[in-house]
Amino acid sequence: MKQNVIQIHPKDNVAVAVAEIREGEVLVGISPAGMRAVTTIPRHHKVALHDIKAESPVIRYGEKIAAAASLIGAGEWVHTHNTKA
Amino acid sequence: MGFLGYRRKDGTCGVRNHVVVMSSVSCANGVVHAIGRAFPEVKSITHTEGCGRAGEDLEMAIRTLSGLGRNGNVAGVLVVGLGCESINAKNLADEIGSAGRLVAHLSIQDAGGTVKATAEAMGIVKDLIRQAHVQEREACSWSQLTVGLECGGSDALSGITANCLVGAVADWLVEQGATVILSETTEMIGTEEILRNRATDPALGKKIFDLIVNQKKKAEEILGPLASLVISPGNMEGGLSNITEKSMGCIIKGGTTPIREVVAYGAAPSEKGLVIMDTPGSDIFSLTGMAAGGAQLILFTTGRGSPVGFPVVPVIKVASNHQVFERMNDDMDVNAGTLIDGASLVEVRDDLTALVKEVAEGKSIKAEINMQDVLSLYTTGPSF
Repeated sequence: MKQNVIQIHPKDNVAVAVAEIREGEVLVGISPAGMRAVTTIPRHHKVALHDIKAESPVIRYGEKIAAAASLIGAGEWVHTHNTKA
Repeated sequence: MGFLGYRRKDGTCGVRNHVVVMSSVSCANGVVHAIGRAFPEVKSITHTEGCGRAGEDLEMAIRTLSGLGRNGNVAGVLVVGLGCESINAKNLADEIGSAGRLVAHLSIQDAGGTVKATAEAMGIVKDLIRQAHVQEREACSWSQLTVGLECGGSDALSGITANCLVGAVADWLVEQGATVILSETTEMIGTEEILRNRATDPALGKKIFDLIVNQKKKAEEILGPLASLVISPGNMEGGLSNITEKSMGCIIKGGTTPIREVVAYGAAPSEKGLVIMDTPGSDIFSLTGMAAGGAQLILFTTGRGSPVGFPVVPVIKVASNHQVFERMNDDMDVNAGTLIDGASLVEVRDDLTALVKEVAEGKSIKAEINMQDVLSLYTTGPSF
């Protein structure tokens, strides 16, 4: 199967979609394998790799780039609608 | 482990062995160009400075020009002045000579005009070329290498592929003992907390924090409502949620090692490892500052495609995607776009570190083949 996400840093709790991922599709390019997108993830957008509790850090590049504004479930799209600075 | 380069008397090493003809003032540019036409292998350095500036701009121009002359890739320099300028050709030549480079200078007024000055310069340059050719490559260590990092014409993939690849190479270079310069202060806005925490001590951390916060203030003061063009996420549709995420995508090209020093524009770092140079985000100013600070090699990532190189420094072009790598193949050296197809970062990094060694040992890169010799001295204030 063709890779559809990249996890940039091992500490990251989000991965980046390299192509649009439809709801229900398996994320290819991360381990452990088998996780599915629970929402559509637009191309180059982020998908949560674990549940991220409200106020917890969103980590990309191994650094905190934002905090979750509300609970973000594993496999969910992560963007301005559910994060804050 | 290291590379074969040109050892210089001041302890640095060249990956090239260039003879340079440099103007001390823009009034001398015509003579410098004439010499450049006569000797295509000689690198011409011309600019718009040398007179009519004061304070910080004058100091910065002197520091930058002398730093370019002292770059490890430079074997010898002829400085051409007019005679009445504020950046005196003899003083500039003396500063460059203090680093053990072959130097000479001449004044167009003293020589008796353009024709006589050009004739005199021809003789001097022939002699410099003869002396430079005697030097041969010898074993150099990575600790004698400084690598500058730049991104220009970025796209949505720059922060996913090319900058991550260059960051992995930056970490490798630091591990080998090299110095790596992360520049473009404007593009660090939003990461001031993150970078403060990566400094080797709290005083340095504060310096980094203040540098970035002041750059943000300056952008807001000068640009007003247009400041959002440089300090906004830029591409929310492209998946960037805030300015911190955008800037992380830029500074990730510096890798993940501690930050050991902050230097002014055009100044040479005294520390090994990862250092920050305060430069604008504008590519050519930034390249010039890093070359003046001693970078003998530059890694430049691009998503939309930039053709630029630098007169005395090989600039390796890393494309963030397949499309630009193919469309502008004459300008691109490396394709980081393979990372989205599942190529392993470690393997692609090993390919690029192998290329860095080959380029350090003389392999020509695309910008050199295209003679993309571009240079601009950064200035901040008015001219008088």
